Amino acid sequence: MSILGNRVVRLEDPRFLTVGGTYVDDVPLDGALFVTYVRSTMAHAVISSIDTAEARVAPGVVAIFTAADVDLAPRPPAIPMLNMAMTRPWLSTDRVRFVGEPVAAVVSETRAAGVDAAELVFVDYEPLPAIVDPESAEQSEVLLFPDVGTNIAMDIGAMMGFSPAPDFFDGCDVVVRQRIVNNRVAPCPMEVRAAAAVWGPDGRLTQWASTQNPNALRDSLAEAYGLEPSQVRVIAPDVGGGFGAKTGLSTEEHLLPWIAKRVDRPVRFVETRTESMLTMGHGRGQTQFVELGGTRDGKVLAWRNVVLQDAGAYPGMGGFLSFMTRLMASGVYVIPKVEFGGKTVVTNTTPTTAYRGAGRPEAAAAIERAMDLFAVEIGMDPAEVRRANLIQKDQFPYATAMGATYDSGDYEQALDLLLDAAGYRALRDEQARRRAEGGTRQLGLGLAVYVEITSPVPGPEFGGVEVTADGKAVVRAGTFSHGQGHATAFAMIVADRLGIALEDIEFVQGDTDLIPTGQGTMGSRSLQTAGVAVAQASTQVADKAREVAANLLEAAPDDVVLDTASGNFHVAGSPTVTRSWSEVAAAAHADGDGLRVDIDFTPEGASFPFGAHLAVVEVDVETGRVELTRFVAVDDSGRILNPLITEGQRHGGIAQGVAQALMEEVRYDEDGNPVTANLADYAMISAAELPSFELVPMETPTPLNELGAKGIGESGTIGATPAVQNAVVDALSHLGVRHVDMPLTAERVWQAIQSAGEKA
Amino acid sequence: MIPAAFDYVRAGSADEAVSLLAQHGDDAKLLAGGHSLLPLMKLRLATPGVLVDVGRVAELSYVRDAGDEIAVGALTRHRDVEVSDALRADCGILSHVAGMVGDPQVRHRGTIGGSIAHGDPASDLPAVVLALGGTLVAQGPSGQREIAASDFFRGFLETALAPDELLTEIRVPKLAGGWSYQKFNRRAQDWAIVGAAAARVNGGTNVALVNMAATPVRATSVEQALAGGASVADAAASADEGTEPSADLNASADYRRHLARVLVRRALDEVG
Amino acid sequence: MKVSIAVNGEQQQHDVEPRVLLVHHLRETLGLTGTNVGCDTSSCGACTVLLDGESVKSCTVLAVQADGRSVTTIEGIGSAAAMHPVQAAFQEHHGLQCGFCTPGMVMAALSLLEEHPKPTEAEVREGLEGNLCRCTGYHNIVAAVMAAGGSKATA
Ligand SMILES: Cc1cc2nc3c(=O)[nH]c(=O)nc-3n(C[C@H](O)[C@H](O)[C@H](O)COP(=O)(O)OP(=O)(O)OC[C@H]3O[C@@H](n4cnc5c(N)ncnc54)[C@H](O)[C@@H]3O)c2cc1C
Ligand code: FES
Ligand code: FES
Repeated sequence: MSILGNRVVRLEDPRFLTVGGTYVDDVPLDGALFVTYVRSTMAHAVISSIDTAEARVAPGVVAIFTAADVDLAPRPPAIPMLNMAMTRPWLSTDRVRFVGEPVAAVVSETRAAGVDAAELVFVDYEPLPAIVDPESAEQSEVLLFPDVGTNIAMDIGAMMGFSPAPDFFDGCDVVVRQRIVNNRVAPCPMEVRAAAAVWGPDGRLTQWASTQNPNALRDSLAEAYGLEPSQVRVIAPDVGGGFGAKTGLSTEEHLLPWIAKRVDRPVRFVETRTESMLTMGHGRGQTQFVELGGTRDGKVLAWRNVVLQDAGAYPGMGGFLSFMTRLMASGVYVIPKVEFGGKTVVTNTTPTTAYRGAGRPEAAAAIERAMDLFAVEIGMDPAEVRRANLIQKDQFPYATAMGATYDSGDYEQALDLLLDAAGYRALRDEQARRRAEGGTRQLGLGLAVYVEITSPVPGPEFGGVEVTADGKAVVRAGTFSHGQGHATAFAMIVADRLGIALEDIEFVQGDTDLIPTGQGTMGSRSLQTAGVAVAQASTQVADKAREVAANLLEAAPDDVVLDTASGNFHVAGSPTVTRSWSEVAAAAHADGDGLRVDIDFTPEGASFPFGAHLAVVEVDVETGRVELTRFVAVDDSGRILNPLITEGQRHGGIAQGVAQALMEEVRYDEDGNPVTANLADYAMISAAELPSFELVPMETPTPLNELGAKGIGESGTIGATPAVQNAVVDALSHLGVRHVDMPLTAERVWQAIQSAGEKA
Repeated sequence: MIPAAFDYVRAGSADEAVSLLAQHGDDAKLLAGGHSLLPLMKLRLATPGVLVDVGRVAELSYVRDAGDEIAVGALTRHRDVEVSDALRADCGILSHVAGMVGDPQVRHRGTIGGSIAHGDPASDLPAVVLALGGTLVAQGPSGQREIAASDFFRGFLETALAPDELLTEIRVPKLAGGWSYQKFNRRAQDWAIVGAAAARVNGGTNVALVNMAATPVRATSVEQALAGGASVADAAASADEGTEPSADLNASADYRRHLARVLVRRALDEVG
Repeated sequence: MKVSIAVNGEQQQHDVEPRVLLVHHLRETLGLTGTNVGCDTSSCGACTVLLDGESVKSCTVLAVQADGRSVTTIEGIGSAAAMHPVQAAFQEHHGLQCGFCTPGMVMAALSLLEEHPKPTEAEVREGLEGNLCRCTGYHNIVAAVMAAGGSKATA
């Protein structure tokens, strides 16, 4: 029986549980100096002077660098769709554009000396008016990049030919409209960013990094320093979470090799949580103007979403993500007419970046909120409105108006499974009872049916399998597990195909000297790319081994079978005479070139996981306080390799989605000063605010790869946010509340009840 | 994350703490559990020159029966207050609320004295001691003095304690009647956005509010209304009278006022 | 200042600056890097260790405050070959992903189980309020702690 599909506990856990992982800051590095950045305390200002005299002579200080010292060219945005003139300096030159931007770098013998000295660097600022609200950015006379002449970093509407059709809503009985804020949130991996740089005597750079994509980091460092990729080695040891925010190019870590060269010593850097909250990048930050039209009997006919994406001070990944929002705009529904427009603007805030879901949660949130608005308007149950518009299972592959081709799915079944598991009817009855009683704790039910895109970026991924002379296996991958359990998942694939025991399979990743290429782990892509490469490599290794075994068994290769249950080779029909993996491997290594196959697998296309979520909330209508009491989720990510791991991915995603809906939000005051820059002020969700989740399994394999697997990393986040938001609005709909923006803090909810009451 | 450098001295007794404070003058700060002070120092929002560590003054960690009152040593940790049988039996509100401060790790370190001496209007225990009409005992170079809780909280993070004084004991009445504490916060580990403490003390009902002014405050208009025979609902409606709540990240002033009224009503309903 | 701390049962004497936090002392002087730092506001619990058997945030304790006491870190409770039941339960229930919060979670869980030997789900959730995890959504952590305590998870 195949090991695939089983709840295999993780092979990597004992180490984490008994001595802890080895994260960058745990890596010993002889003679390393510490880098501490002095950061802008102003959101928008001209730097009139930087006085480093006192800091330079402080105890333990080796050097201090400012922009005047740095001879590296400013960097344009990493994504060509963005305005390439909006370049970012390595250290602030004449002006600062957000609080937290690095202005100077202190290099010191100890960490403490660096923190002490950083306080002695005096920067004089001439404050400029700050743009905080993205909705004012386009018209504002204040320009972040005066030479560029605009605050618009990307005009997705113009690029994609958006022009609102005047007859767009013809034939609709009802059109609902809403401005929806998809709140800016902080990714908050528990490990902040850390890095170290060492130049070897041979002129080779070794960089340790807390990253999701070591090979991309290698290439970008090579480019920055004019080196061949082979002259750079990036080592990502254990990484304590990333959630998209560790995919980008961090200025702070990119400058380390330059500093290391100048001081001629290894250097290391670890940010504080406060620094991380200011500079790692934020997610979401999208304001959506949605319009949805349909008939009174529940058919949606036209859907328009115009989004304003906040890029923060320097446009990067976050500024581009509305492309993903656009691609997934119409969700799980058949909608005859779809329009999508919008712009990306710069503001004097932390740059935005990818965060779990990265553009797709925004799409799902918009349409799922709109479906509820529509349902209320026509007086239909939200579950039934959704059902009436779902893409049917015989319509796959399904091409959407925005250019996506959904591979496989059965959305109605997901919805049915969900309603059944939740006891939807009984919950509605309970809600009606509570409404009739008129008590303070009202019940709300929120639905979201979603589809998302995983492995969206095309191109190959690396996976390799080797059986060493002792009959054990090494599996290598160009993806980068930082919590996703690849050491176990990929070993399971090898074990399944080769019959080598899990304990005998070593997993290698995260060192560019050992892994030649790789895109890394983001976009829920790993299993369907590297996992498939590993599967194919395993098969080819088995083929090679059969040839060797055939020699040993004195048979034709085609007659030799590998019994994966026992891990032995034998001739078909005579299972008593066997050769073990160690015998075959020893022979292969002794006589030939061993047993190693490396594969670059290019998937046929992106895959589209889907599901349906239901949130049950109780709202205290006197205080506005929301309690999430149940969360039920159907998530279909194709064939499941290890349910234990995919359930964990769903739990984590759901918690983050709930957190965005209920409590988390990055906020600034009107001058651009951050007010949520640590974990005391930023309400990162804890166990005490969450229930256990009720997960319902569903598996619809994708035809796109031989594992039948889609991605599962982001599904939870995508469905959960609108489900919770819809639940809260649902709890209050009898009071006249139609929409409340996230996060649904007690005060927001209370305010919404108050203003609905005043209108009524 | 790294405090500015300081000198460290350890006091073995209350007397020694007082003399060390005198010796080091303005530059010195007492360190009890450190769970208000060290977080400030790590962010360099506080940079004392000398820390006088009283964390080991065992003689100030106790819960004692004192006739009509219960005496709690200032260095008693939140956790010890929480599980004290004497308090659970006769002043349940104090042990109950000690169990709501921060999180378990905080409660294993933070002390009742530190919490009161810090004088944060958002803290839980100061409002409870205020509602109970407790007494605070301070020891300084010229000996001991008692301060009524109602005279103790003077301004934002400002108390009646002189810089050279050590808070040694907190005395609270034994309760015969009901009590309630309503803490309204974002996350379980957070401070209250608003809190309301209510207890039957000496035949009357006392009410104090968390985070409704620069100090914890008594809701005197509620107390007077109740004394005058008003219903719970009517009395609670004036809960925010005379308060000056601030507006911050977590709530507007208006919302705080509203919460105060709701929470006081709920507290009074529970007190019965 | 000289401090003597029994760390994982071994007496350790060192000269430390008063401002050194216990977590930095453990990580940098003693090389016990299992204990992590996840925040600068005493909020996340990644640094949780046992001080005289009770959970504390070692980022909010000075090394000098631990003088003469005993400290237990993740390295001191079990080995890969012989895990502590709480460690084993975390593996069994997939209570960790990236592993960064894990040492602190496990130490907090030990203290919690000491105080509530057979905790309810609510007690576990409240008891872990000071430990943040971004990966697991807490679901499996709660299940692991309940299982280690011998109580059955509800979901
Ligand atoms: C994450 C976190 C969450 C928290 N949540 C809450 C919460 O929800 N509610 C709440 O009420 N509190 C909360 N706190 C604060 C906690 O209760 C503190 O422990 C308490 O406020 C201070 O007690 P301490 O013994 O730690 O004092 P320390 O930090 O040692 O001292 C605080 C101040 O009081 C002075 N001081 C201490 N003891 C004395 C004394 N005996 N005499 C005179 N002066 C003295 C010190 O010099 C210092 O200025 C939280 C703290 C943290 C870190
Ligand atoms: S590092 Fe100690 S609580 Fe976050
Ligand atoms: S497992 Fe990653 S933070 Fe908890």
